[in-house]
Order: sequence, then C-alpha cells, then structure tokens
Amino acid sequence: MLVLALPGRRNRGAVWITAAVAAILTILTLLLFPQVADGQALVTRTEWIPQFGLDITLRMDGLAWLFTVLITGIGLMVVLYARYYMSPKDPIARFYSLLLAFMGAMLGLVLSGNIIQLAIFWELTSLVSFLLIGYWYHRGEARDGARMALIITGTGGLALFVAMMLIGHIVGSYDLDDVLASGSMIVESPLYPVLLVLFLLGAFTKSAQFPFQFWLPNAMTAPTPVSAYLHSATMVKAGVFILTRFWPVMHDHQLWFWIVTYTGLATLLFGAYTALFQRDLKGLLAYSTISHLGLITTLLGMGTPLAAVAAIFHIANHATFKASLFMAVGIIDHETGTRDVTKLSGLRKYMPFTATLAIIASGAMAGVPLLNGFLSKEMFFTETAEFDPNIFVNLSLPIGATLAGMLSVAYSIKFVHGVFFGPPPTELDVVPHEPPALMRRPIEILVLLCLAVGIIPGITIGPFLAAAVHSVLGGETPYYSLSVWHGFNLPLIMSIIALVGGVVIYVPYYRRLRNIDGVPLTRGLRGQRVFERLLVTATNRWARHVVGAFGTQRLKPQIFTVVFLALAAGVGAGWTRLGNLPLPSNFDPVLGLVWLVGGISALAAAQQAKFHRLASMILMGGAGLATCLTFAWFSAPDLALTQLLAEIATTVLILLGLRWLPKRSPFAEATPIAARFRRYRDVGLAALVGLGTAVASYAIMTRAAPEGISDFFLANAYKEGGGTNVVNVMLVDFRGFDTMGEITVLGVVALTVFGLLRRFRPASDSAERPEQQRMLDDYAPGASQHVADDFLRIPSLIMNWMFPVVIVIALFMFLRGHDLPGGGFIAGIIMSLAFILQYMAGGTRWVEERLRILPVLWIGWGLLLALLTGLGAMVLGHPFLTSAFAYADLPLIGKVPMATALLFDLGVFALVVGAAVLMLIALAHQSIRRPKAAGSSKPKQRVGLDKWN
Amino acid sequence: MELTLAIAIGVLSASGVYLILRPRTFQVIIGLSLVSYAVNLFILAMGRLRTDAAPILSGADANIADYTDPVPQALVLTAIVIGFAMTALFLVVLLASRGLSGSDHVDGRGD
Repeated sequence: MLVLALPGRRNRGAVWITAAVAAILTILTLLLFPQVADGQALVTRTEWIPQFGLDITLRMDGLAWLFTVLITGIGLMVVLYARYYMSPKDPIARFYSLLLAFMGAMLGLVLSGNIIQLAIFWELTSLVSFLLIGYWYHRGEARDGARMALIITGTGGLALFVAMMLIGHIVGSYDLDDVLASGSMIVESPLYPVLLVLFLLGAFTKSAQFPFQFWLPNAMTAPTPVSAYLHSATMVKAGVFILTRFWPVMHDHQLWFWIVTYTGLATLLFGAYTALFQRDLKGLLAYSTISHLGLITTLLGMGTPLAAVAAIFHIANHATFKASLFMAVGIIDHETGTRDVTKLSGLRKYMPFTATLAIIASGAMAGVPLLNGFLSKEMFFTETAEFDPNIFVNLSLPIGATLAGMLSVAYSIKFVHGVFFGPPPTELDVVPHEPPALMRRPIEILVLLCLAVGIIPGITIGPFLAAAVHSVLGGETPYYSLSVWHGFNLPLIMSIIALVGGVVIYVPYYRRLRNIDGVPLTRGLRGQRVFERLLVTATNRWARHVVGAFGTQRLKPQIFTVVFLALAAGVGAGWTRLGNLPLPSNFDPVLGLVWLVGGISALAAAQQAKFHRLASMILMGGAGLATCLTFAWFSAPDLALTQLLAEIATTVLILLGLRWLPKRSPFAEATPIAARFRRYRDVGLAALVGLGTAVASYAIMTRAAPEGISDFFLANAYKEGGGTNVVNVMLVDFRGFDTMGEITVLGVVALTVFGLLRRFRPASDSAERPEQQRMLDDYAPGASQHVADDFLRIPSLIMNWMFPVVIVIALFMFLRGHDLPGGGFIAGIIMSLAFILQYMAGGTRWVEERLRILPVLWIGWGLLLALLTGLGAMVLGHPFLTSAFAYADLPLIGKVPMATALLFDLGVFALVVGAAVLMLIALAHQSIRRPKAAGSSKPKQRVGLDKWN
Repeated sequence: MELTLAIAIGVLSASGVYLILRPRTFQVIIGLSLVSYAVNLFILAMGRLRTDAAPILSGADANIADYTDPVPQALVLTAIVIGFAMTALFLVVLLASRGLSGSDHVDGRGD
C-alpha cells in the first residue's frame, strides 16, 4: 500500500500516474473499511532490526483509516486540481513526485505500528513539506518559508523522537499495540513530565500551535495545491493525529489538561483574531487553519471521551471545508492574479459557481447550521460548557470558545463579503472568469461532502466516525448523538451568540477591516521576528564567538594544543601504572657512544634548523644513522637497511628542495620578547615530552613482554609462508593487506607530489645557482647547464658505470628478500638510488633525455600486479592475498623459493621504484625552471622535455 | 642498554617536538623526521631488546625462543616507508606554499 516516490517524468503523464495511485489507494482504503469497522486493527509486520525490537509494522485501525481516507481522497482531489493550477512552465514532474512522496510519508506516519517508525515518517513529512514549500525556489520568500518550516517542525520532530524513545523505555516495547495496551504506565512514570513536554513540542510545532504558529503563514508561499493538501488538510493534522493516537495512554494527568487545553485555546483565539486582519486570502485561511487546529487541540486537552469524539469529528470536517476553500482561493488567484482582499470584490458576478462553493465552505468554517462545521463546533461548545469544579476553567473555556466562534464567523464573512460581494473590482489587470469545469470538480465534491455530513450526519459520516472513535477510546466510547437538532440548549445559545456576534463585529467595521494593515494589539507579538533573531544569533553570532574563542587559523597553537593534550593524556594514563623502575642492569659503551653522537646531532639539528638548514639536515642525518645502527644492533637488519636507504632518498629530496627557501640571516632579526617567551614555553613542553617518552619506554623495556602474536609468526613463517625472513614473510604474506594499503599510499603520494609540482614556479628570492656554476658561466658562456661532468669527470664516469651494478644489487636484494634481509621495498629504493646517481653524474637534462622508464606506468603496474596476485588467491578459493609456494630448481642458480608472495613483492618493488623516481623527477625538474620574476606573470620559458612539465 | 635507548628516544622526541612547534616549514619537516625516528625506535622497543637474534629462521625446525619479536619490525618497516612518503609530500607542500605565498611560514604569512 505504500508508494513512496515515483521517478520524475517530464510530461503530463505524471498527473495521471499520481492521480491513479491516489485513486487506487483511496479505493483500496475504502474497501478495507468493513475490516476496521468493528474496532479491530489490521497489522502487517516485517522484521527490521529485531535485536532492538524494531519491526516495520503497518497497522490500520479506525483512526488510521479515517486519516488514510483523508490523505488519499483529498490527495486525489488536489492532484486533479493541480493539473489545472500549475503553469506549464513549472517543473511538473518534480511537483508530482514530491506530492506522491508526501502522500507516502504521511500514510507511513498514520499507518505506523511502531513508534520509532512513526517518528521517522514524521521527519519525512517535514522534509517533503520543506521541498514543497520551497518548490518555487527562485523566490526568496519561498526559500525562507521553507527553511523556517523545516527548522521548526524538524526540531519538534527531534523532540518527538526522544519522546518516542522515552515511551519505548517506559513501556518496554516500541510496538504501538503494546504502548496503547500499557494503560496508565506512562502517566505514572516519573519521566512523564519530561516526556510530555517533548511529546507536545513535537505535536505543537507540527500543528502550528501557539507560540510556534508563525511558520504556517510563511509556508503559504507554497503552490496553493500544496497549501490545501499539506498545510490545512493533512500534514498539520499530524500533530493532532499524534495527540489523538496517544490520547488513551497520556491524557489522564493534570499537566496534560492544563498545557494542552490552554495552548489550544490560546491558539484558537490568536488564530481567529489574527485571521480577521489578514489582507492575503491565503494568510486568512492559514490563520483560520491555526485557529481550527487550536480548537481540536483544546478538545483533546479536555480529556473527556466526548471531547475526543468531537476532536476526531472536527479533524475530518476541517479537512474537507478548508481544502475546498484553499482550492477556491487558488482559483481566484489563478483567474485574477491576486489574493489581496483589498483589490478583490464583487467576483460573484464573474464566477458564480466558484462563489457559491466558496460561500458554502465558508459557512462550514463559520459553523453555520446544516453544514458539517456546525456539528463539530456544536460538540465543542457542549464540551466547553460542561461544568468544571474549577471556577477559572468553568468560565474561561465557554467564554473563550464563544469568542473564538464570533471571530471565526467574522473572518468568514470578511472572506465571503470582501471577495464575492460589493462593487466590481477595479484594480485588476484581467477580467476574471470561471475556471475550467474540471478544476472546480474537486471543490464541488468536497463541498458536497460538507453538505451531506451537515444534513444527514448519521448516514454519511456516522459509521466511519464510530470506527475511528472506537479505535481510540475502545471500551470507553461514550454515547454521542450526531443529529443536527439537539433541542434548545446552552450550546445552541452559544452558537447563536457566535453567529450574531460575528455579524455584529464585522458589519460596523468592515471598511476598516478591509484596508487595515497589520494586526492591532498583537502587532508586537512577532514570533517570526523572534525566530529570525534567534536563528541569526545562534548560527552566526554564537558560532563566531565559539570559533573566536576556541578556533585558530594558525598552525602553531593547534600543534601546541595537540602535543600538550597528548602529553597530558599520556601522563594521566601512565602515571599510576609506572610502578618501581629497576636500575639499569647493563650498559654497552659502544651503543652509548653511538647515541652520544646521535643525541647531540638531534639537539643540534633542532637548534640549527632556523638559520643553517644544510647543517641541520646533515645533523638530522646523523641522528638517522644512529637510529639505523640501533636497528642493526637490536636484531633488525631489514629495518637498518630500509632506514639507511630511506635516509639517503630523503636527504636527496630535501637537498633538491632546499634552494627554494628564502634566505635567513641570524643577525638580521631582533627577537621580540613574546617570541622569546613562546620559544621557552616550547622548549619546556618539548623537554617534558622527551622526559615522558623516555620514562615510558624505559618502564616498558624493563618489563617482561606479554604473550603476543609474535610466536605465531615465528612458528609459521617457514611452514606456511615459505620464507625464513619472518619480517618479509609478514609483509608480503601474513599482513599483505597492510602492505597493499601502504604501497597505495606511496603511489598516491608520488602522484600528488608530481601533480603539485607541475604548476610550481620557484619564488623570486630563491637561492641563486652555486658559485662554482656561476664561475663556469663566466668561463664558458652559452653552455646552459654545468654539471659534475664538467669539473668532476672521473667520479662522474664511475657513477655512470655504477648504474647496472646498482640494478644488479637491487635485483639481488629483491630475490633474497624472502629468506634473508631484503625485499621489494629495499630493492625498490636501491633501484631509485641508481637514478639519483645518474642525476648527480649527468644532470637533470641529461637524465631526462635518456630516461626509458615511465614511473607512472611502474606505479600502475606495480599496484595492479599486487592486486592481481591477491585476487588470484581468491579465484582459487582462498582468502584475498593467500600465498602458495614451492621451490623451483633453476639451472646454475640452484634451489629458488617460488612463492606467489614473490609476485606480490614484485608489485611492491615496481611501485616503490615508480614512486621514488617520479618524486625525484618532479623535484629535480624544478632545477631547470627559471625562477619567477618578482611581480611578473610571464609564462615560463619552456625548456627541456615538456613531458615533465 | 635499555637506559641508553630510552634516553635516545627522549632526546629525539624532545628535539622533534620543539621543531614542529617552530614557525618555519623547514623546521617542521626536520622535526617530523626526528619524531618519526623516536617513534620507530619506540615501536621497536615494544618487542623488547635482543641482540644477535635476528628473525631470520635457520630452517623449518627452528626454536622460536631464539629469535626476536618480528611484529614490531614489520610495523616499523611500514612506518619508515610511510615516513619517507610523508616527508616527500611535506617537502612539496612546503615548496608549493612557498611559491604561492612567498613565505616559508607555516601559516603562509609574510614575515
């Protein structure tokens, strides 16, 4: 039964598809009535998240049935009406798909048998309503109205969601049947006040109750069919629907009575009063809608079963007459081009049919006898007139109700009299005429319903209302009479007072009411203004304050905070577990010496980095070498090798970049006190971090190692991985997936480096070429670039010849990797060092002219090979990256381990070579670019191989 | 032995942290390298220190107690390579920022 959305179709067919869906749904729903008539609920259940007790449940009982009929039936009317209302220029498919989506969401809401599901559909209706209000998104006010509606109803929906979770918590089930069967459990819970406030927040925002009413008039920027459908007949009824739905388990409390009744009454009076002063017809209807929703809320608040009956009855009545009125206003707007009541008058002569229909519907709105509005209003008066021991309640309710009745009569007359009677309109650009008959048809049907219900209620609405009421009240269902004539009693007197009073209010003042701008007395009461100011304050001013207080765009404070917090966390976590530190048991003077040098190098590098970059880098290399020796010392030959090679490559790369940094002289600057203070502060933090890490690592190293996973790798590396170098076997086999990710990162970095440097132009004040080269310039003018070849011929020749040798070393390292220190990474870096040597020997241009490998291809093939090796295992039915191995006997070489891991390692090798060479080329290529002249954007002179540009 | 290495780690991380708190990009790069040395040594130390016990098995019937812990080594190997890539990337970002802003300040401001 649930149609959520239809793919948007760019043709008129969308109308008929939508209409067909609505019609089929209406008919299906009508056919279902016999099954719900006796108060039974039809339930369909599908498992959703069973571990949380959440199912997707569709549940139809009398109340849901009544709403379903309203949603699908009025939906059908609106779809047919919109066929004529919407202009061909509007994107019609979007409109209908949204309308259908709304219908689906709303049906989902009323048919939910699970309260969480209900809250979700609730939010969906808010979302679709947002999209529909903002349908004409080129209009600023439509966007504002849509945003306001979304924020208000969305916030309410959030509150409702929490309320639903609280209900689920109290009852112990999210199933609606269980909740409704829980009796007084919710009311007696200590959480009830919180729950009630959240619940009502949801219901009141959706149903535009005071003080949240202001979004509804602003939502009138939506196309009129939307206003008729969402903002009077269905969506705003969701609030009162949910009040009705949970009425049985929640109403029996003083809080409920006071909050709901008087919010409703305030809304009723405010809406009716404000409606009287509206110039825009849709605004008038919007406030009237607010007022009627207030009436329903008041009824639900009173807590008596009869009031609940009246509320349900009025929901149905209001939907019919208000939807038809909206459509009538839409016709007026469509035919005259305005909805301003000051410009309209005397339309009765131009569009008699529409006038008649609108007058009847307005009569229903005013509560004129023989129309449906009269019946439910009469019931409302009856309920308010009930005796209550509290004198305030006893007086305020009937007086408020009568007053509201008078006001609603007055604004109904204003609508009818102002638009359809009086002299012919003078300020219109067009001569109004009757709309197409089919456009009127939906209104005719709805008005006919108003009449039928008003005159013969027992036959028309009786059984349906009975089913709906029974589903809410169950055994408590009171006796109620739907007849038109109840005898001459208090409610009838109130009705008469209201009718007469309305006329009395309107007649003396109608000229002034017609031209009045703004609402007297409550003009200062601008919920919208408050809302907008709040919005600006919260999203702009506060946000800026927060950013100002906690945010910074500067890197240093951020790093300082991160380091400081990390230190604090480390100290906090480790402090209590430190225990007694044992005294050092053994000391190796050689290692001590290594680290004496290494430590001094590190400190000196830190000290020198500002002014003497080259020195600092060399010192950093010293610390790196110490690290490398330490790896070798503590049984990690693979690490030592890798560290050494990475060190070399890093140094070369940094050297290549060094010349583009600005000159900095240690004597030029006087350090301000603030900077000096910051420096001491940083020294302090750094010292603390150093102390912390030293203590932590000493504490850990002097303890026995816990049982880890290492033994597994040691025991199985040979048996299952086929290699004796456990570290390599882990990299290419056991933890191959990690390596896979790692080489991907490497490839991405290389490509990023390349991409960033493609557009790089050196800054103007970069270091000049070295003195030696400039001397050579003077010596041999015309030569474009001088390299080692010119003045270090023999070493350069040796470097040239080393190329094949280095490659052989790389291959050797690669092949032995599985059993002895070596492997793809190491071999890859060695291979790229071969290229570095060539750069040093021959210069950038010489290498680029002779370069035969395409590093990007190497990266790609390497990654692909690694991936394919992994996938090959999957094809054979093993998990990704499982390796197989065997020993092959090759002539001359002997027994060679042939594991598929070797192929994977080959991929690693290729990728590392590609990545390292690509980064090298990208950086080295900069040296043949001309520095950018200061202030000039002259295109660079293109030299050398343009493929690296 | 342990004390030596602990002090080494402390000195390396202190120098590195001081440098990454400096305002010049070059200082930050050197600092990151120093911090990664410290971290790599720290990870290696998690497997406890053993000399002359490289995880190169002598055959199928090797006694696993004779070898050092290979897991930290595999992790550090990965870390070294990633550290190399990181340094390269930072270097290039440094150069690009220098080219765009004309300054080698970490925030790209003029001096």
